[in-house]
Amino acid sequence: MSAAAVTEIAPAGAALIRAEGLSVAYGPAAPILHDIDFTMRAGEIVTVVGPNGAGKSTFLRALLGMIAPGTGRVWRAPGLRLGYVPQRLHLDSNLPLSVARFLRLVQPLSRETVQALLERVGVPGLADRPMAALSGGQFQRVLLAQALAGQPQLLVLDEPTQGLDQPGVAAFYRLIEDLRRDMGCAVLSVSHDLHVVMSASDRVICLNGHICCEGTPTVVSNAPEYRALFGLGTQGALALYQHHHDHDHDRPGKNSHFCDHDHSEAEGARHDP
Amino acid sequence: MILDDFILRAALAGVMVALAAGPLGCFVVWRRMAYFGDATAHAAILGVALALAFSVSIFLGTLITALGMAVVVSALAGRGWAMDTTLGVLAHSALALGLVAVSFLPGVRADLTAYLFGDILTVGWPELLVIGAGSALVLGLMLWRWRPLLAATISEDLAQAAGFKPARERLVLVLALALTVAVALKVVGALLIAAMLLIPAAAARVYARSPEAMAVLAVGLAAAAVLAGLALSMQLDTPAGPSIVTAAAAFFAGSVGGAGLWRLVRGRAG
Repeated sequence: MSAAAVTEIAPAGAALIRAEGLSVAYGPAAPILHDIDFTMRAGEIVTVVGPNGAGKSTFLRALLGMIAPGTGRVWRAPGLRLGYVPQRLHLDSNLPLSVARFLRLVQPLSRETVQALLERVGVPGLADRPMAALSGGQFQRVLLAQALAGQPQLLVLDEPTQGLDQPGVAAFYRLIEDLRRDMGCAVLSVSHDLHVVMSASDRVICLNGHICCEGTPTVVSNAPEYRALFGLGTQGALALYQHHHDHDHDRPGKNSHFCDHDHSEAEGARHDP
Repeated sequence: MILDDFILRAALAGVMVALAAGPLGCFVVWRRMAYFGDATAHAAILGVALALAFSVSIFLGTLITALGMAVVVSALAGRGWAMDTTLGVLAHSALALGLVAVSFLPGVRADLTAYLFGDILTVGWPELLVIGAGSALVLGLMLWRWRPLLAATISEDLAQAAGFKPARERLVLVLALALTVAVALKVVGALLIAAMLLIPAAAARVYARSPEAMAVLAVGLAAAAVLAGLALSMQLDTPAGPSIVTAAAAFFAGSVGGAGLWRLVRGRAG
């Protein structure tokens, strides 16, 4: 599957979330985010990249209404069904919680539905396992299954591939791609990896306090130099994002932010650790 | 033992408080609110002083001060105060202030232990009605809000994404806690209310495999502790409130010890 093919079927969806002139500040300090205009449409896959501290999680949380915008406004489609996979989830050890009960967090689910969800995300047979006994990768997939339980129109993933190795990342992205195809849900995900993104992304947004640039990713699976870099096992799940900034980062006085990440594509191809 | 009327009333009052304290205590454990419970309960003594001074019912006085304390503590928590220290300061200040305030009221000093450690054996029928209504209200709140409460406890972010309102669920817990303090004051007293919340839930944790099972088990253990404590109190002429908490502590020790022994035996066998 190529990014171009996905782009053709994806657009022209109804708006699910829209942000206009959004800025967020914690206290009197300079805003974490400013002048964000963003629209998430039904069925599309959008990946937000940016360096640490760029405000990626804040961006997601503001869109989801977990924090109030400082200025500007966020509009969400009425009755929007959201599935959210948080970056981290700490469970208190005094709370006995099986995987099945965790999937029933928001709504009651039949035994069959629980098993189907777990099968769908590739961890069948975990239903009766305590959450505390899961491995990192299993935990990640159970979080995803929980997000899918409400049949979301929009799946929001905050750094879902953190702690996964390259084949793990590719496998996870392929799963998300399949889910989008089967369930038709839009996917908004955040990644700290500036250059390597999900190849199915319709749009990549580079965020660093504001939206620096956005565009489509370049599929890398067929280019021999990237095959050498990432191996053959990713089956086209990974793509490269080339940054095209329409403003000058060399004059920090003019823009109220610093893009401290590397914008050179040659460097980017080597993949930040 | 003769089952007198007053023992029946005491047992009923205690079991009704157990019905509220079981599920609420689980949330106190899961959300690490032990000190929060303490602060709210200790504020009840201040409520007693105010109620006596203004001649309103003790129940109303403690309900209002407990609610006030709980709201202040939640507001401070929201502003990012270091909760451990803040709660410690508030809990002990409320208790000390309450004791000082009570000392200004003539003729109350002698009854003070009743408010500190409870006076379950003197529960009358009208009081029993108030305790029953309050406990039913707390239990009803817990049952009604169970799913959103638990979701918000596991992750406020996930709850929010699902359309629940974590801030509202926090308020539900604060209200339930204040109500429980007001009804439990007569049963175990201000100093030991937090123990009635904490200990049965902690003992239930050892065997529970789901949040719901833990809540039900906590109710059972709390009720059993009430009955065992009352029996102990009758037999040995010990103060009833502390006897109830002692029984709960014994259940906790048995529960933890039993689980350890079970693991040991199973480990040997396998």
